[in-house]
Amino acid sequence: MPEIKVTPLGAGQDVGRSCILVSIAGKNVMLDCGMHMGYNDDRRFPDFSYITQNGRLTDFLDCVIISHFHLDHCGALPYFSEMVGYDGPIYMTHPTKAICPILLEDYRKITVDKKGETNFFTSQMIKDCMKKVVAVHLHQTVQVDEELEIKAYYAGHVLGAAMFQIKVGCESVVYTGDYNMTPDRHLGAAWIDKCRPDLLISESTYATTIRDSKRCRERDFLKKVHETVERGGKVLIPVFALGRAQELCILLETFWERMNLKAPIYFSTGLTEKANHYYKLFITWTNQKIRKTFVQRNMFEFKHIKAFDRAFADNPGPMVVFATPGMLHAGQSLQIFRKWAGNEKNMVIMPGYCVQGTVGHKILSGQRKLEMEGRQILEVKMQVEYMSFSAHADAKGIMQLIRQAEPRNVLLVHGEAKKMEFLKQKIEQEFHVSCYMPANGETTTILTNPCIPVDISLGLLKRETAIGPLPDAKKPKLMHGTLLMKDNSFRLLCPEQALKELGLAEHQLRFTCRVHVQDPRKEHETGLRVYNHLKGVLKDYSVQHLPDGSITVESILIQATAHSEDQGTKVLLVSWTYQDEELGSYLTSLLKKGLPQST
Amino acid sequence: MAAHLKKRVYEEFTKVVQQQHEDLSTKKLRLTKPSKSAALHVDLCKATSPADALQYLLQFARKPVEVESVEGVVRILLEHYYKENDASVRLKIASLLGLLSKTAGFSPDCIMDDAINTLQNEKSHQVLAQLLDTLLVIGTKLPENPSVRMRLVEVACKHLTDSSHGVRNKCLQLIGCLGPVEKGVAKEAENQAAKDVQKIIGDHFNDQDPRVRTAAIKAMLQHHERGLKLQQAIYSQACKLLADDYEQVRSAAVQLIWVLSQLYPESIVPIPSSNEEIRLVDDAFGKICHMVSDGSWVVRVQAAKLLGSMQQVSSHFLEQTLDKKLMSDLRRKRTAHERAKELYSSGEFSSGRKWGDDAPKEEIDTGAVNLIESGACGAFVHGLEDEMYEVRIAAVEALCMLAQSSPSFAEKCLDFLVDMFNDEIEEVRLQSIHTMRKISNNITLREDQLDTVLAVLEDSSRDIREALHELLCCTNVSTKEGIHLALVELLKNLTKYPTDRESIWKCLKFLGSRHPTLVLPLVPELLSTHPFFDTPEPDMDDPAYIAVLVLIFNAAKSCPTMPALFSDHTFRHYAYLRDSLSHLVPPLRLPGRKLVSAAVSPSITPHEDPSQQFLHQSLERVYNFQHLDPQGIQELLEFTIRDLQRLGELQSELAGMADFTATYLQCQLLLIKALQEKLWNVAAPLYLKQNALASAAAKQILEETYKMEFMYSGVESRQVVIIHHMRLQAKALQLIVTARTTRGVEPLFGMCEKFLQEVDSFQRCFISELPHMQGSFVDKLLDLMPRLVTSKPSEVVKILQTTLRQSTFLHLPLPEQLHRATANIIEPTGESDNPLRFTSGLVVALDVDATLEHVQDPQGTVKVQVLYPDGQAQLIHPKPADFRNPGPGRHRLITQVYLSHTAWTEPCQIEVRLLLAYNSNKSKASARIPKSTWSESLEALPPSENGIEGTIPFSKPVKVYIMPKPARR
Repeated sequence: MPEIKVTPLGAGQDVGRSCILVSIAGKNVMLDCGMHMGYNDDRRFPDFSYITQNGRLTDFLDCVIISHFHLDHCGALPYFSEMVGYDGPIYMTHPTKAICPILLEDYRKITVDKKGETNFFTSQMIKDCMKKVVAVHLHQTVQVDEELEIKAYYAGHVLGAAMFQIKVGCESVVYTGDYNMTPDRHLGAAWIDKCRPDLLISESTYATTIRDSKRCRERDFLKKVHETVERGGKVLIPVFALGRAQELCILLETFWERMNLKAPIYFSTGLTEKANHYYKLFITWTNQKIRKTFVQRNMFEFKHIKAFDRAFADNPGPMVVFATPGMLHAGQSLQIFRKWAGNEKNMVIMPGYCVQGTVGHKILSGQRKLEMEGRQILEVKMQVEYMSFSAHADAKGIMQLIRQAEPRNVLLVHGEAKKMEFLKQKIEQEFHVSCYMPANGETTTILTNPCIPVDISLGLLKRETAIGPLPDAKKPKLMHGTLLMKDNSFRLLCPEQALKELGLAEHQLRFTCRVHVQDPRKEHETGLRVYNHLKGVLKDYSVQHLPDGSITVESILIQATAHSEDQGTKVLLVSWTYQDEELGSYLTSLLKKGLPQST
Repeated sequence: MAAHLKKRVYEEFTKVVQQQHEDLSTKKLRLTKPSKSAALHVDLCKATSPADALQYLLQFARKPVEVESVEGVVRILLEHYYKENDASVRLKIASLLGLLSKTAGFSPDCIMDDAINTLQNEKSHQVLAQLLDTLLVIGTKLPENPSVRMRLVEVACKHLTDSSHGVRNKCLQLIGCLGPVEKGVAKEAENQAAKDVQKIIGDHFNDQDPRVRTAAIKAMLQHHERGLKLQQAIYSQACKLLADDYEQVRSAAVQLIWVLSQLYPESIVPIPSSNEEIRLVDDAFGKICHMVSDGSWVVRVQAAKLLGSMQQVSSHFLEQTLDKKLMSDLRRKRTAHERAKELYSSGEFSSGRKWGDDAPKEEIDTGAVNLIESGACGAFVHGLEDEMYEVRIAAVEALCMLAQSSPSFAEKCLDFLVDMFNDEIEEVRLQSIHTMRKISNNITLREDQLDTVLAVLEDSSRDIREALHELLCCTNVSTKEGIHLALVELLKNLTKYPTDRESIWKCLKFLGSRHPTLVLPLVPELLSTHPFFDTPEPDMDDPAYIAVLVLIFNAAKSCPTMPALFSDHTFRHYAYLRDSLSHLVPPLRLPGRKLVSAAVSPSITPHEDPSQQFLHQSLERVYNFQHLDPQGIQELLEFTIRDLQRLGELQSELAGMADFTATYLQCQLLLIKALQEKLWNVAAPLYLKQNALASAAAKQILEETYKMEFMYSGVESRQVVIIHHMRLQAKALQLIVTARTTRGVEPLFGMCEKFLQEVDSFQRCFISELPHMQGSFVDKLLDLMPRLVTSKPSEVVKILQTTLRQSTFLHLPLPEQLHRATANIIEPTGESDNPLRFTSGLVVALDVDATLEHVQDPQGTVKVQVLYPDGQAQLIHPKPADFRNPGPGRHRLITQVYLSHTAWTEPCQIEVRLLLAYNSNKSKASARIPKSTWSESLEALPPSENGIEGTIPFSKPVKVYIMPKPARR
């Protein structure tokens, strides 16, 4: 039985360091190549030595696919390709290819320049790595080699995020990467056709959550910002540079536009500016609204959002500032926070989750007095709000995608084991498909039942369809022909042609059978009785009585002779060729029942 | 008789050219007939190659074929068809046959047999499909012939086994269009046949080709449309098709399921995998709801749209559509809506201040969570969050329709509609606001919902704001804080967008009159009165203050205790506002106050509208004036006109009626004045100087009559006849004046003749109304017609003059509803001192924004006129898309007018105004022919010689300061 093998090197019952190995019909594909944010040692990258102990990765892997530009999906790529050594093709979408190096460079800077690590990949390595990347379009079928092909589907989540279908012959696997089934202000919803893959590898970050409508969240957010600004207060929104930041920008920008507000909005500069540039370019990857209106105005050309300067923080009057990083643990966002925390008119909105120990987490859990470095005590008088803006599919969304794609098996990655367990149970219950959730390093084997295509010669097809009733859709039809397996290809031919092709002579195969019938009459009279009997029973067939006393039914010959010993017993000789086996055996059984009593 | 006599007049005075009727053209066509089919024949025979023949056929198809020769042409084509070997030529011939059978007036039953015969030997699938298409055309042309239809259906059934999808497609289409209709003579047999046909179609639901499957469903739908009852058995088949791989199949299947759910709403269907049973309509509803989360947006739109019309669905299912169980980490979570509701009921009004406010509560039993509901769960939640705005709009519409029929559902869907006010696409926002307005009878807004609604008031789009004002007009608010909030937000809106003034005042008017008891406790605060101290008198011109007063006065109308809280200046302001903004301020009963406006006397009887009464009384008085002396008549008329005009200003609902009658009386007054001139008796040459008055009067009457006819909506034929009569009198007056002032008789001939023609057409148009016009001018004139026709112009004039003097004043019956078309230019305001500068020779765009009321068909009639200081006038036709229709009888024109002029030395003002174009041909009485299509009506109407096209200015002109600068070289 052919099988598909899946081994997660990362993201198996875990979030972060996504890296999944798939072997399908003799092809090996690596899906994503991410880093883990929680570790600073060797564990931050997947263990590539698992793939091959000795020998080059390039020989073993047929291709690498990156689903989107988040570092937990592409962070280990330069290490993998340049330091471990891989020269094969790397596939990603155009926006991912454009934005990915910016993030990698940023990551490198922080690790090497700030933390002072050595033995890390260099800028040059990032560049070299990017040279190996092949960019793909949505729904474009890319032929990796003669048998392996991949195809990208839209996944929402972030700009350029894609789901990939990997297909070899009739077997296929769909890897979703991270995806979002509810559209937001700048991205559409993930979509896939009914491709019925053998295996669907899906993320399951929110396996046990069903989310509220995004409108309530948006409205709350906007209302809070608006009220504060009207009061004359300042709003601080700590964000990570890419992804949700753009979403919030669009949200505020359109709201400002609609409500005719004048208060300035600032965005801390740096990385974002470069990335925003790409957002402007890849309009086709955004949602319906932005795609439709960009002719008049590109939504990412913000009218109200300007670059932030450190000096602006002291300006009087209301303003809204987006600042990095998102958890208020360091950098610009923390500086601004310290300046504004003392005024109860101001507000800080945390748009995402905060790790324990960060200032963000402290203020969210209600702490009002913070101890800063140098024993300073900072009293937080400003309002603290929490708003969840996340772009992963929730449990319902995951189920919806499974319903759309109709896979034969599901495999869950990128989530917590306990939550996966619940979803796994649900999937098996509702769709009656088997579901797997391997841990890192654990191999899952899935048996497939691929269909094997066979070429049929046109002559044979036409001939066979002409016989018998009309072709009925969806019902199997019996055909007679010769299956020829030659040079790794299958063909269905008519026997004569097959013989000719193989240079073989035709052998006749005939079955004969004797049936004893009690009949005292003469031979030819018996023959006549048999003839009349068959004529009556087999109305659809041509039954003939030949002058020499024998009877033919189609090509079957029946002869009646007297038994040598007992004259009252007649022997009916029935003879048929191999091709007429069906009719022949039917006839013998019919004759064995005896002739009807004649009048 | 009169017509005959008139002809004699023609003969006497003019050279009449007999217009020949155009019989000739048909004759000419008939001559060409044989040559045409013959030519085709010759061409086809000449054709050496199939390509040639195809060319000839293509050329032939471009020209129309007249009815008589169709059959001949068909025969030639068929003859050639049998000979032709090339499939493409046969295809073209087959399509030509179809085209030809469509010819109006041609009955294709004679060619049917041939067409069916051609099918027998045809091998090419494409040609077969085309031939079946032709048969379909033939069949639809013969709707009265059941046997033909039966035969065609049989033919189609035979070809259903064809291996080509195109042929099967066409067959199903044919069966769908021509399948037997139930209402036959032999009902049983027919019914059986219908069942069979439906079974045949049903069998093709499982065809291997998606196009054929779609065609099968469409054929079934076609059957339904033609009034055949579909079998309930189809339902289960159709349900299976919902899971089809192809979107067009799913889309059609959704439609079919909807149809079946409307046909058999109450029958019971089993739920698979359980023993329970439910009503079919509920089951179908659940299934269609499921399709709202389909992969294809076309299907989603379709499903969302159809949901709206499934009103028989049980409320239990309906309410599920808004249900979405939230959970987080397997623990039950409340939705934001639930939280808001709870906060509200607990008395605290703020939300989401703390982190973990939405923290999940109880644990959920993992087994009980159903992630994919088979029922209707959350269909609208999904639909409203959809990626495509088409789906969202469809969902909002469906929500609206369902909420209109179910008050409890309306209450539930409120939260979701309010959420839609923040959609990213304006169209969706607007749609949801309108929807909310439509269901507003069923709902009362909670304070937090109101808050969200009011937040939209700051939207920069004017359409949104106005829609919202409309919504607020008919909203129920539950608390006094709500009213206060609404007022504060509206005032904020007023300061931010001063142009919304009128709309906001109107909104407050309704808000006040709907919630008098809620406004009452707010009055002292709103008027900032103090129990001990006098507070300064607010500025009367402040729009915000007026807004507050409008709210209070309207509330006071049904709350008699309120006036006690007013301070002195409030009463004064009331009197002023009642006078200046009478449409916004209702009459109040303010006992013991003398400051009450005189127009509203305290002695009014509530059950009878006094102003209506007054209107009728004054008219009665006028119609009896015959007994007065001329001086008295004039005075009476003058006073009545003045009264009516004033009444119109005060009573907005009577304005149309009052203005209409005032205009009519004005006409009469002018006529009387003109006739009273003593100088009529003076010899003509001496009179030359004084004619100015009379001719001006005649001219003015003419103008006024056009206004009466075209500016008012609701004018009935009874009024139209009076108006035309008045116009006739004016024309007579004109004729007399001209006769008096011109020397020589020559020009008079023409005028007399024209006038008599008018009388004649008047008689023709209003023949049915003539009995009501005893003693009128026209009545007398028609009596004298024989004499008039034969007499010389000078005599005619003399007769006219006497008739005019003796004729009685016609009573103008008033219609039920009469509204005057009005227009108000909001933008440009005309107040700007900054000239609009632009380089001469180039254009500048001027934004024009105007509201139109009671204008029928504004797209066709409203024009913008620009008058330049040099007298040059420019008429602009706004695009049809520039008109919006915010409410019944109201329109809004938002357009851009392009100005250009040569250079000026100084900035100068131009005038912009709106005109109402009319065409006397299309008057309401004479043109009762229903308009077919726009283009046709234009061509169909012959330009008649007395059709006068003109324009009536119906808005105040607005001055715009512009300055075309000379171009710099």
